[in-house]
Amino acid sequence: MSRPVLLATPRSSRPPDPGANPAKVSFQAMSFSYRERKALSRVTLEVPEKRVTAIIGPSGCGKSTLIKSINRIAEVGTQVTVEGRVELEGRDIYAPGTDLVDLRRRVGMLFQKPNPFPKTIFENVAFGPRIHGSAGATDLEAVVEKSLRQAALWEEVRDRLHSPALELSGGQQQRLCLARVLAVDPEVILMDEPCSALDPISTARIEELIEELRQSYTVVIVTHNMQQAARVSDRTAFLLNGELVEVGETEKIFTNPSDRRTEDYITGRFG
Amino acid sequence: MKRRLAQILALSALRGIALAVLLTTLLMLASIAIGGASSISWEFLTAEPVEGMTRGGIFPAIFGTVCITLLMIVLALPLGVCAAIYMVEYAGNSVLSRVIRASVNNLAGVPSIVFGLFGVGFFVLFVGRSLDKVRGGGLLFGQPAMLWAAATLAVLVLPVIIVNTAEALTAVPRSHREASFALGATRWQTIRRVVLPQARSGILTGSILSISRGAGETAPILFTGCAYFLPRLPLVHLEIPFTGLSVPMVNPLDQFMELSYHIFIMATQSTDAAATRPIQYGTTLVLVGLTFLLNISAIFLRVRYRRALEAR
Amino acid sequence: MATETVVDEIAPPRRPRGRKRSLWGERIVEWFLTLNGFVAIAAILLIFLFLFKEGVQAFQTISPGRFIQTTELDFDNVPRTVRMWQPVSTNPKYSLVPLVLGSFLVALPATLIATLLGVATGIYLAEVAGKRTREIVKPGIELMAGVPSVVIGFFCLATLATLVQDAFGTTFRLNAFVGALGVCFVIVPVIATMTDDALRAVPGYLREGALALGANRWETILRVVVPAAASGLTASILLGMGRALGETMIVLMATGNAAQVTLNPFESVRTMTATIAAELGAVPQGGEQYRALFLVGSVLFAFTFGVNLLAEMAVSRMRKRLAL
Repeated sequence: MSRPVLLATPRSSRPPDPGANPAKVSFQAMSFSYRERKALSRVTLEVPEKRVTAIIGPSGCGKSTLIKSINRIAEVGTQVTVEGRVELEGRDIYAPGTDLVDLRRRVGMLFQKPNPFPKTIFENVAFGPRIHGSAGATDLEAVVEKSLRQAALWEEVRDRLHSPALELSGGQQQRLCLARVLAVDPEVILMDEPCSALDPISTARIEELIEELRQSYTVVIVTHNMQQAARVSDRTAFLLNGELVEVGETEKIFTNPSDRRTEDYITGRFG
Repeated sequence: MKRRLAQILALSALRGIALAVLLTTLLMLASIAIGGASSISWEFLTAEPVEGMTRGGIFPAIFGTVCITLLMIVLALPLGVCAAIYMVEYAGNSVLSRVIRASVNNLAGVPSIVFGLFGVGFFVLFVGRSLDKVRGGGLLFGQPAMLWAAATLAVLVLPVIIVNTAEALTAVPRSHREASFALGATRWQTIRRVVLPQARSGILTGSILSISRGAGETAPILFTGCAYFLPRLPLVHLEIPFTGLSVPMVNPLDQFMELSYHIFIMATQSTDAAATRPIQYGTTLVLVGLTFLLNISAIFLRVRYRRALEAR
Repeated sequence: MATETVVDEIAPPRRPRGRKRSLWGERIVEWFLTLNGFVAIAAILLIFLFLFKEGVQAFQTISPGRFIQTTELDFDNVPRTVRMWQPVSTNPKYSLVPLVLGSFLVALPATLIATLLGVATGIYLAEVAGKRTREIVKPGIELMAGVPSVVIGFFCLATLATLVQDAFGTTFRLNAFVGALGVCFVIVPVIATMTDDALRAVPGYLREGALALGANRWETILRVVVPAAASGLTASILLGMGRALGETMIVLMATGNAAQVTLNPFESVRTMTATIAAELGAVPQGGEQYRALFLVGSVLFAFTFGVNLLAEMAVSRMRKRLAL
C-alpha cells in the first residue's frame, strides 16, 4: 500500500534531538473528569523545556481540557475529578495546598478568541505586573514596552497606549493578549487554538512569534490545523477520545506515524 | 500573603453584608409578626371594626382589597397582554418596539403619588365628569370610586404585566413559530395556538406579581376611592326581575375600605394611636402575609417554569 | 398511488370559502393589538399632559418667583424673605425650596447607604454565592422588594424611630434620617438586583483571562468584572435614587412632615411626595393650592424622569461596550 504524501516537510531549522531536554511539564497516567463526563483517560506525556509541543486531534478529543488542566483553568466554575499526577518541574500541581495564583503566573495562557479587557492597551499589559506587585511605577512602563516588543506589537501601538484595547484588530488583540501574558514573566505558555479566529496574515505573524518564544519559554499549542502543527512544533501529541494515542518528534509523526489511527487522522480519513 | 488576606477579608465582608441585609428584613417582619400575632383571630378577619377602630375586625378592609385588586387585574391584564403581544410579535425589532419599551420603562419609574394625581386629574375629574355630562344627571361618575382607583392601579401595574408577558413570549423558541407558519397558519393563529399556551406561566407570574403590587400600594388610591370608615360594604343589590330576589353585586362606583390605606390612616391619624396599636399591627401582619403569599407563589411558579423549560 | 394519499394527509386542510373570513378576522385582530400596543405610550403621554396642564395653570395666580421665596412682615412689621410652604394662611406661601430640599435630604443619604449595601449584595450574588445559596438569597431579595411601602413606613413609625432616637439622641423622633433608613429598605433590592444582572452580563472569558494571569478571585472581581459592568452599576444607582425621590408612604409616615429649610438630616422635613399626599385630599378642586400641588407633582415627575433617562443612557452604553 503506497503511502500518500503527507504534509509539507516541517521546518529544517530545528536543534538536533528535540526530545533530549528535561521535561518541564509531565503527565503521569492522568485522568480528568468533569461532573459526569470523563474527558481524559490515563494520559502520560512529557513536555520538554523550551520547545514547542503541539496537541492535535479531532473535535471533542480533550485537547482543550489537556492544556487547561496545566494551569488549572479547566476546573473554574465546575467540579472536576483528577486522577494521576501532573507535574510542573517535578512537583504535582494537583497536590492539596498548591498555590493556584502562583501556578497561573508561571503558566500563562492565550485563548481561542482574543479576550483583552475593556481597558486601555497599557492597562491590559500592566494588569499582571500590577497584581503581582512585580514592578514599580517607572518599571511598569518599561515592562509594558518590553512585553509589547516581544509580542511584535510595540511599533503599531506605541503612540496610542492609552486608547481602548478593543479598538485593535483581531490579530492585534491576540498579540496584545500575548504581551499581557509575557508581562508576568511566565515559564510555560499555553495556547488554545490561538489562530482559529484570525486571518492568515495574523496567523503567520503569531507563528513567527512562536518560533522566537521557544528560545525562552516552553510552549504547548493546541491546534486543529495540522499544517500549523507541522510548521511550528518540535514534538506532536495525538489525542483521540481522551486518550493519548501517540507522541513523538513532529517530523516522525507527520511522515511516519507508528499508530494506524494517527495516520488515518493525519491523512484526513476522519476528523 | 497579603493578597490572600485581602481576598479573605473582602469576600467575608461581602458575605456579611448580604447576610445583614436579609437579616434586617427578617427582623422587621418578625417585629410585625410579634406585635400583631395577638390580634389575629377568626373574628378579626371576619368582623367589622367597632368602637372607633379599637376593637372588632377588619373584614371590610380585606373585602375592599380583594375587590379592588380583582377589578384592577380585569382592567390591566387584557391591555397588558395585548400590548406585549403587539410589541413582541408584530412590532419585532423596529423603532416602534423600542419606543414602546422605553415608554414601559418610564412608566415603571413614575412615582406612585404621581399616579394618584393622574388618577384624580384624569379619571375622576376628566373621564368621570365627562361621563356625567353625557349622562345629564347629577354627580355620579365624577367622584372618587372603586372604578377609578382600580383604573389608576391598573396603569401602575401595566409595566409589570407587559414585561413579564414579553419575557414569556420571547422565551418561546423561534422554530415553533416557523413550524407553524410553514404549516400555513396565520400570525394570529400561531400566537393563539402555539405561542400563548407556552407563555401561560409567565403571564400568570406577572398577574400574581401585579396583584401583590396592587394590594400593597397606597398612594394611588388615597384620593381616588378609599375611605377610612364606611358603614357598609361596597355592595349593591340587583333585583332579578320576575323573581322578587335580589343578588348582591360589588358596586364599582362606591367607595371602599382597603388594608394598606387602613394601616396608614390608623397609624397616623387615629384619635388614640396607642389604643389602636394592636389592631395596627394586626392589620399590617395580614397585609404582609397576603403579599408574602402572593410573592412566594410567583417565585415558586417561575422556578417550576424554568425547570420545565430546561427539561425540554 | 400510495404516495399521493400520504401527501394529501399532511397538507394543511384547504378552506377556500373560510379563507376570506379568516383574513378579515386576522386584520381586525391585528388592528386591535396595534391599538393596545400603544397603551403604554398613551399612558405616559397622558400623565405628562394632565400633570402639566394643571400645574401650568398654577402660574395664573402665582408668579414663578413666589415658588422660590416670598416676603412677609414679621412681628415688628419689618419685611423679610422667607422660603416656606404654607398654602393655608392669610399670606399663602408656595416656596418649593423646603420641599425639594426635604426630598433630597431623604433621597441622598438613602441612596448612599443603599448603594453600599446593595452593590455589595449584588456582587455577592453574582460572584461569590454558590449555586444553592443563590437560589435562597435571590428570592430573599425579591421578597424584600415585595414588602409594601406602607408596612415599612409603619415599622419606621412604630419601632425604628424609637431605636434611632435612643441610639443618636435626636430631638425629633420622626426625621429625615429615619425616613432615609426606611427608603433604604425599598431601594436596596433594586440596586442589588440590577448589579447582579450587570455583573452576570460580563462574559466568562474575561474572568478566565484574568484568572489565567494569576489574579485571585477577589482581584478578578475588583479589577476586571466590576469595571466592565460599571455602566450597569451606575444605572442601578441612578434608578435607586429615582425610586428614593418618588417614595411616598414611608416619608409620609416617618419624616415628621415639617416643611422647613434645613440641611440637618435629624430634623423633620417634608418631601414633595408627602406634600402632595397630605394636602390633595383637603383642597378645593380647581383652587390655587390644588394647582400648586399639581405643579409640585410636575417638578417631581421632571426630576424622576430625568434620573431615569440618565439611567437608560448608562444601560445602553453598557450594552454597546460589552457587545464589542
